[in-house]
Amino acid sequence: MSFQEIFLQQLFNGLLLGSFYGLVALGYSMVYGIIKLLNFAHADIYMVGGFISLAILKFFGGTFLGNAWLGIVTAMILTMIIVGLLGVAIQRVAYRPMFNAPRLSILITALGVSMILYNAVMVITGGEYRAYKTGLGYGGFNMGSVYVTHTQAILIVASMALMLVLHLFITRTMYGKAMRGIALDHDTCRLMGINVNKIIALTFFTGSALAAAAGMMAGVYYGSLHFFMGFVIGIKAFTAAVIGGIGIIPGAMLGGILLGLLESFGTQIPFIGSQWKDVFSFSILILILIFKPTGLLGKKESERM
Amino acid sequence: MTEKLEACETQPVVRKKTPLQGLSDTVYGIFENKRVRFSFIVLILVLTLLLPQMSSRYTQEVLTNAWFYIVVCLGLNIIVGFAGLLSLGYAAFFAVGAYTTGILSSHYGINFWATLPFSALAAIIAGIVIGGPTLRLRSDYLAIVTLGFGEITRLVVRNLRITGGASGLIGIERPVLFGVTLYQIQHFYYMFFVLAVLAIFVSYRLYDSRLGRAWQYIREDEDAAEAMGINVVSVRLYAFIIGSVFAAIAGSVMAAKMTAISPETFAFMQSIMILLAVVLGGMGKIPGVILGALVMVLFPELSREIGPYRMLIFGVLLLFLMIYRPQGLWPDHRT
Repeated sequence: MSFQEIFLQQLFNGLLLGSFYGLVALGYSMVYGIIKLLNFAHADIYMVGGFISLAILKFFGGTFLGNAWLGIVTAMILTMIIVGLLGVAIQRVAYRPMFNAPRLSILITALGVSMILYNAVMVITGGEYRAYKTGLGYGGFNMGSVYVTHTQAILIVASMALMLVLHLFITRTMYGKAMRGIALDHDTCRLMGINVNKIIALTFFTGSALAAAAGMMAGVYYGSLHFFMGFVIGIKAFTAAVIGGIGIIPGAMLGGILLGLLESFGTQIPFIGSQWKDVFSFSILILILIFKPTGLLGKKESERM
Repeated sequence: MTEKLEACETQPVVRKKTPLQGLSDTVYGIFENKRVRFSFIVLILVLTLLLPQMSSRYTQEVLTNAWFYIVVCLGLNIIVGFAGLLSLGYAAFFAVGAYTTGILSSHYGINFWATLPFSALAAIIAGIVIGGPTLRLRSDYLAIVTLGFGEITRLVVRNLRITGGASGLIGIERPVLFGVTLYQIQHFYYMFFVLAVLAIFVSYRLYDSRLGRAWQYIREDEDAAEAMGINVVSVRLYAFIIGSVFAAIAGSVMAAKMTAISPETFAFMQSIMILLAVVLGGMGKIPGVILGALVMVLFPELSREIGPYRMLIFGVLLLFLMIYRPQGLWPDHRT
């Protein structure tokens, strides 16, 4: 392959990977921004999203009104709603009683939730890989010299669209304004007549729905699901959120895409094989946390632990 | 009217105890009595020393594992419980010790006992490398950095040739003590028991030391501690280093017991399990941490029948514990 081909191929892979990271990172970032919780269960929400979408697809037989694409879209919307509600339920049962507890306690609670989701799926699936079959086929087009399937192209477009919708939601609606307000000061928001608990629940709904969408996309893209799939992407997505500046919505998207590109081009560096890929991205995480903990788009803050 | 107002004022101060809390406080209260505690400790010591003579191999194996867990949990307790730093990559230090012994023993044929100082040294270096730049960070950032380091350690060990790659190291030499080669489970039972007693002793000495008090001061109020002239970063680094030496020594002995180690032994779940044991028992409280370690080892063994559901149930229990008793089963009264 020529240099140009490799470049295009890696650019494309990086964009795709990056948009998964970005979608999951948004959930981390939103929740962290609003209640300062590092939601360990978020990666498992992503995984659960993948499995729920598979169940829905199977239930409809993969199509809706006889059309495979409509089937996928319907399944995605249903998955996002169901998993969004799951996120709200988790927030209500596990996190809300802990809002005034020490940080460490709520982190451990999040680990507990993660353990429950993870083990529940493991028990249900018997710990095996599940094939993710869609009726979409492998049709596609040539972009330069790189073959791109329709599915891959649509995955990128869909995730960009989701991010755009979220961005508009946060910046243009009253709910979005309330979210941004709560990230700054809970008490003042209460005085302004904002129902803080409701907005927190809404944040969890949005974050979980986006993670579920990413989980489903990962299923479609890789063609299989596994109960362990959330773990690595969870750390990567968190890395992405930190790169962009945690708590900042465009930062999570930027960080996701950037990390995806870094990773796919990083494997092309001579002498660094793909088995070092994860070491590479974890090192980026650590370096950023040490040298610029506020991230690329973050402002300086003086808060201490 | 005034009576009502007074009642309102006092209410937030007096916190109602749930019946469960009242009961547990009574039980723990008994152990606060010195004589009761002393006779209890003697009883436990005698029982544990005699146990291998009258129990099955399986029991010995489980209990050896329990002593091992006590050592690593007490080590993590120094970091999380005493100094209040959340570490999610503790298994990495445990891997550093195990692999130092493993490499020196299987590649260079060095005597097991001679590898222990190297193992401690490696842990000190790893502690400084990881802790040095990161201990200034906020607590949840530190959690993520340690998680990242834990994963990096596992992946590096998996990818390098000297560590045997994914299949790990084999042929680690058996330790020899007074001319006896230690190979039976009974030998390691006593070895880990001695290690556990040592760890408990060191933990108590540290808890009451100047350094231990500095840790607890920082944990409670970082700014006040700094104003009192405590060098927050260096004191924290000490916690990190001492905690990792505990893990490394335990890891070395574990390597000698297993004679084979592989990267997956040191996965993220291992770090989480150790952390959960510490939190479960009560952070900062030494008997609490020991209790947590025992529960962590014995619960999966006692609940073998329910098989795959046990971790699920464990997660649910953990959630309830955090909501209703966030301070752990046997909390520290100094906090």
